[in-house]
Amino acid sequence: MSARDIQLDDQGRLRHFLTIEGLSREILTEILDYAENFTTVGHQPVKKVPLLRGRTIINLFFEVSTRTRTTFELAAKRLSADVLNINISASSTAKGESLLDMLRNLEAMHCDMFVVRHASPGAAHFIARHVAPHVSVINGGDGSHAHPTQAMLDMFTIRRHKGDFTRLSVAIVGDIMHSRVARSQIHALNILGVPDVRVVGPETLIPVEAPQLGVHVYHDLAEGLDGVDVVIMLRLQRERMSRALLPSEHEYFQCYGLTPEKLARARPDAIVMHPGPINRGVEMDSAVADGPQSVILEQVTNGIAVRMAIMAMTLGRAGGEA
Amino acid sequence: MSTLAITGGRVVDPANGLDGPADVFIADGRIVAVGPAPPDGFRPEQTLDASGRVVAPGLVDLAARLREPGQEHKATIASECAAAAAGGITTLCMPPDTHPVVDTAAVVELIHQRAEAAGAARVVTLGALTVGLEGTQLAEMAELKRAGCVGVSNALRPVHDTLVLRRALEYAASHDLTVFVHPEDPHLAQEGCVHEGVVATRLGLPGIPASAETVAVAQILMLLEQVPARVHFCRLSAARSVNLLARAQYDGMPVTADVAAHQLHLTEMDIGFFDNNCHLRPPLRTRRDLEGLRAGLVRGTVTAICSDHQPHDSDAKLAPFCETEPGISALETLLPLALRLTGGDEPLDLAAVIARLTCEPARVLGLAAGTLSPGAAADVCIFDPHAHWTVEPDRLVSRGRNTPFTGWELEGQVTHTLVGGRVVFQREDPP
Repeated sequence: MSARDIQLDDQGRLRHFLTIEGLSREILTEILDYAENFTTVGHQPVKKVPLLRGRTIINLFFEVSTRTRTTFELAAKRLSADVLNINISASSTAKGESLLDMLRNLEAMHCDMFVVRHASPGAAHFIARHVAPHVSVINGGDGSHAHPTQAMLDMFTIRRHKGDFTRLSVAIVGDIMHSRVARSQIHALNILGVPDVRVVGPETLIPVEAPQLGVHVYHDLAEGLDGVDVVIMLRLQRERMSRALLPSEHEYFQCYGLTPEKLARARPDAIVMHPGPINRGVEMDSAVADGPQSVILEQVTNGIAVRMAIMAMTLGRAGGEA
Repeated sequence: MSTLAITGGRVVDPANGLDGPADVFIADGRIVAVGPAPPDGFRPEQTLDASGRVVAPGLVDLAARLREPGQEHKATIASECAAAAAGGITTLCMPPDTHPVVDTAAVVELIHQRAEAAGAARVVTLGALTVGLEGTQLAEMAELKRAGCVGVSNALRPVHDTLVLRRALEYAASHDLTVFVHPEDPHLAQEGCVHEGVVATRLGLPGIPASAETVAVAQILMLLEQVPARVHFCRLSAARSVNLLARAQYDGMPVTADVAAHQLHLTEMDIGFFDNNCHLRPPLRTRRDLEGLRAGLVRGTVTAICSDHQPHDSDAKLAPFCETEPGISALETLLPLALRLTGGDEPLDLAAVIARLTCEPARVLGLAAGTLSPGAAADVCIFDPHAHWTVEPDRLVSRGRNTPFTGWELEGQVTHTLVGGRVVFQREDPP
């Protein structure tokens, strides 16, 4: 009955990967540990392991994405799976074929996994509830709800630099309200035991009940960065200037843009992260993005290993029973 | 002369202050008497044994969408009148947002004809407040009233222009029509699909703040200080709205309100991980709101409980949460959900709950329904107050199977429904 269990099978193993919320610290740690095994695959002359040979993975992208789709594709290929990329513009679904009809057609081609990106919150849950029992669904981002693989690659990057989660202060800066990345990160950080998770932004970009997610809210960037170990900057979507959420990019940068001076409030060994793509001069100064504390490109590299781990775990249950 | 006696039941008729064992005597579709013995010369041709059951006036539902005309793929007047009968509802009030909109006498007549042909329930309708519900031009309210509309409303469509709203209230008042208002500020509600609260924050769903409702309630109340209109607020969802309304009533304003039965039992938490059957408008709000609505019902600030029935075809709910159509199929759960407000430590007794389902909503509509007074139409709901049943969508009579109450064990089940003395529903397997 409980929808909470939908991403776990009856033995508590990952069947889908839809949201971080509700997963245990053990599962998250298992993903991070497993991902360590795949970090060297990309350095070998033959960049493949045969874990998912013969399996078919469909990247079903209802929203444009280059980085996420590419790293999912590479991850699948390095696991030796066959990959099909399907990009569906919003207009083609508007032509009358329902999402469910489309899924049924793709299932008829005997695929094993859908990686889904969709503009509507809950789309991945919806699809997971309606796929055939042997098909796994990975959420590649659903509206403002969740982007759990991004959050896991961020946790992986943090762990590689900082080790123990239970002593950290982490600040997430920017448009929390509309960010699936932030929601997934907040769940992951809390589950992994980070004692001080902060969100920083103007009230218009902070969800009403943010403290209930387990974060401290700051409206002042310098204060929010004071003494933190990790700074996560979020991308500011241009359309936020409409709807009266912000006056201008200029003012946003003045208040919340990360400059070397503001970063100086964080710990000297703090790392700076960004899920990409960066709006230079809007949320972050180039001097920071390209500076010594930035681990932004490392996040991209780690994304492949972490996505390999998640795909292998969800599809590889008990040697891959049908 | 056809005659019927309903014997051995507990008669609950709040309009007449009755609650106790009695028989109900019916002749030619009207109530003749209620009491221990038949009136002189009354010979029942038929007798209906109601022992162990409650005999109440047929329920009066302030809001049920029957989907006809215009959306017959979801339901029809005939299919939903049958569902109403199974739920003990004998009078249904339709909002005007059919296709076409109820803004001409012709549409009213069509609805009345279809309902009479179906015969299982009485159907009344609200007329449009503005032409096409577009919020710009006043509808021909006098004409709609002549055709039989019992009030006017812009349904879920906003009237953006405050001047149009004021004029509409004034014009409706000139024709002695109650204006039924769904209070929701369209700008604050935006594209929201859940309450702006914990669940919206967790799931990244766009929120509708409680202030979308309170701002709209306050706006109407301020206009009513100048305009002598009668307003009924539909489907309140926020506790603060009840407080605003209580103050206005204390000041003597002619305002009333109803609440949908599901708002008294569900909160935003029931959405869980995107349960599309909990996609409602107004949205499910917090525990505090639920308690505020219940308190309003107890105090009498809110006088009626309605079903807010919105049957859907299955496709309408097969999409990601925000892309689904809001609303639940609710006719058959109205009575048992209302009965859950009685018993134990609950402040309402059975008669008080029945009042909020019968004579009180009838009063809002200005109808003489919802009572077993001698001379009244013999619209009767007989139910077993202790029968337990489990909600299974496939066993609903309604064509809409969209209910968030699947698997709930409810207490109280209708066994017979009479409209004008005629049995329009009889449960095949009385528990």
